[in-house]
Amino acid sequence: MNRAWRQFKASYLLFSFKQDKTAIFSFVVLVALLITGLLAPLISPYNPYDPANIDIMNSELPPSWTEAGQTEFILGTDIQGRDLLSTMIYGLRLSILIGCGAVLLQGLLGVVVGLLAGYLGGKIDAVLMRIADIQLSFPYLMVAIFISAIFQIAFGIGRYEELAVPLLIVIIGLAEWPVYARTVRASVMGEKNKEYVEAARVIGLNRWHIMFRHVLPNTMTSVLVISTIQVANAIMSEAALSFLGLGMPVTKPSLGSLIRSGFEYIFSGSWWITLFPGVFLVLLVLVINLLGDWLRDVLNPKLYKG
Amino acid sequence: MAHLLEVIDLEVKFGLRTGNLTAINGISFSLDKGGRLGLVGESGAGKSVTGFAIIKLISKPGFISAGRVLFNGQDLTSLSAEQMREIRGNHISMIFQDPMMTLNPVLTIGTQMVETLQAHRNITREAAQAIALKKLKKVQIPSPEKRLGQYPHEFSGGMRQRIVIAIALLTDPELIIADEPTTALDVTIQAEIMDLLQQLCEAQHTGLILITHDLGVVSQVTEKIAVMYAGKVVESGPTDLVVNSPQHPYTQGLIHALPGSLQPGTRLNQIPGMMPTLTDIPPGCAFNPRCALSDTICRQQEPPFVIVDSAKRKVACHMVKPNDKGGQP
Repeated sequence: MNRAWRQFKASYLLFSFKQDKTAIFSFVVLVALLITGLLAPLISPYNPYDPANIDIMNSELPPSWTEAGQTEFILGTDIQGRDLLSTMIYGLRLSILIGCGAVLLQGLLGVVVGLLAGYLGGKIDAVLMRIADIQLSFPYLMVAIFISAIFQIAFGIGRYEELAVPLLIVIIGLAEWPVYARTVRASVMGEKNKEYVEAARVIGLNRWHIMFRHVLPNTMTSVLVISTIQVANAIMSEAALSFLGLGMPVTKPSLGSLIRSGFEYIFSGSWWITLFPGVFLVLLVLVINLLGDWLRDVLNPKLYKG
Repeated sequence: MAHLLEVIDLEVKFGLRTGNLTAINGISFSLDKGGRLGLVGESGAGKSVTGFAIIKLISKPGFISAGRVLFNGQDLTSLSAEQMREIRGNHISMIFQDPMMTLNPVLTIGTQMVETLQAHRNITREAAQAIALKKLKKVQIPSPEKRLGQYPHEFSGGMRQRIVIAIALLTDPELIIADEPTTALDVTIQAEIMDLLQQLCEAQHTGLILITHDLGVVSQVTEKIAVMYAGKVVESGPTDLVVNSPQHPYTQGLIHALPGSLQPGTRLNQIPGMMPTLTDIPPGCAFNPRCALSDTICRQQEPPFVIVDSAKRKVACHMVKPNDKGGQP
C-alpha cells in the first residue's frame, strides 16, 4: 500500500496533472459535485422527498436576491413549492448514480463481449459484433420508449417510481455497450499477437487465464479513457430521457426532469427552475469531459512511452 | 541412453489459398537427456517453425502434416490440447528472442512467475514465491526479493532475458527450446546470457535446443548441430566436426561468411543469391542455384543423406562421398 502510494507520487500521471491547470480545476469541481451529490441529505437545506417540507403556497418563488424572493429558499422554489437548491442536489445525486451505474453495466457487457470477440475471433467474433451492430442501429430513445412502456404496463405506474433508477441504468447501459465492445475488440486484436501472449501459451496457461489476466489488463487504458466520456454521455442521455418524460418521475426529479418541469413555466417568467439545474448539468458534464480529454492525452502511447 | 527428444520425419505445412505450403519437409534429429543441440540456418529456413512444432504451437494456418515428435518416448503429435498444456511450460519450456516483448508489461514479474508455477502445480502463493525467488537468485538477479514486485519496464534488456530464463527454469523442465535468445541483446550481454544458459542446463541436466543463425554461439554452447536450409536438414553431426570441417557446400558457405577468419579491410564472404521462397523451391537439391559445385544431378534429384565420419555425421549432398574424412568434397 505504502509502496503503491510512493509509486503514484512519482508517476507521470500525477506529474502531468500538476502541470495542467484545466485538469486541476476540473478535478476540484468534479470532486466538489460528487461530494455534494453523495452527501445530499447532510448538505441540502431541505429534504425534497419529504411532503412535510412542501407547501404549495411557496410554489414558484424566485431566487432570494430578487424582489419577491424569500431568504429561506436561496435559489427559489419549483412549481410544487420545493426548495430548488435541495431538489437540485438530490437530482445531482440521481444523475451521478445513473451515469456511473449505466457505464458500469456498459463496461462490463462491452468489455467481456469485446474480449471474447477479439481473442477468439472467427465465428464467435462475427456473431458478437453483428449483435453489437444491430444494437447500435436501434436509436436508444426508441429502446427506452419501448422498455419503459412495457415496464409501466407490466408493473403499474406506482412501482415505476421506485424502479426508475435501475430501469434507466439498464436502458442506457444496454444502449451503449457496443462502444466498449468495439474499442476493446480492436485493442485485443492488437495485443493478442504480441509475444507475451505467445509466451503465456508456451508456459501452458489456459486461454481464459490468458484472456482475462494477460490481455485484458493491457486494454484497460482505452477502457478508462472512454469510460470518462461515457459517464458524461450517460448523464446526458438520462437528462434527455427525463426531459422527454421517459426518465425520473417528478416526485423524484433528476436534473433532467427538473429542467423539463421548469420548461413548462419558462414563458410565465419562472426561468430559475430551468436555468439552475441546466447550469449544474452543464458544469458536471463539462468537467467530466475535460478530465477525460486530459486523461486521453496523458495515456496516449503516441505522446508518451514508458 | 534413451533419447530425450526424437523428431522423426517431421513435416509442417501451411494451408494457403493457393494450396499447401511445405515449411518443414521431413526433418529428423534427436537429443539425448541433458544434451545440447543447435539448429542453424538463414532466416526462413524453418528453424523457429521446428521449435514451435515440437510444442505444437504452430499458429493457424500451419499444421503438422506428418512425422512424430517423441518426448521421453511419448508421441507429442498425438496428444490432446489439454495433455499438451501439461507438457508445455512444465516439461518443455521456451525462451524467445525479444525479452522486451515476452513479459507482460502490466503484471509484476513475481505475479508472472507465480502463475506459471500455479498453472502446473498445486501450490500456495507463498511456496510459489519461494521457488521464484530461488530461481531469480540462480540467474544472478541482485536483490531478488525487491525485484519480484517490479514491472518488466523497470529492468534492462539483459535482466529481462535473465528473468525469462528464470521463468523457463521454474518448473525444472527437461528440455528448453531457446529461439535466438540473444539476438535482441548487445554483444557483451549476449556472452553472459549464453554462459548462464549453458551453466544452468549443465547443472540441472536439462536438454537445450538452441535456435540461432549465429554459428559462433552454436559452436561454443552445443554438442550437436543441425544445419537447416529451405525446410530441410542439410547437415547434422557433432558440433566440432561440422564447424571445423563442414561437408555440405551450404555449411561451408555459412562458415566462410563468419568475419573472424578474415584480414581487416577485406570484403566479407557471402553466399551468392537468396534462399528460395518456400512457394518455389527449385527441383532437386534446394541449394543448387546458389551452389558452386552444382551439377545436372543436383537439378534433377533430391540428394539422399550420405553418412560420413563413421556414422557420426549425415550430409544431404550429391557431391559428398560416404566416409569421406573431412576436406573438400
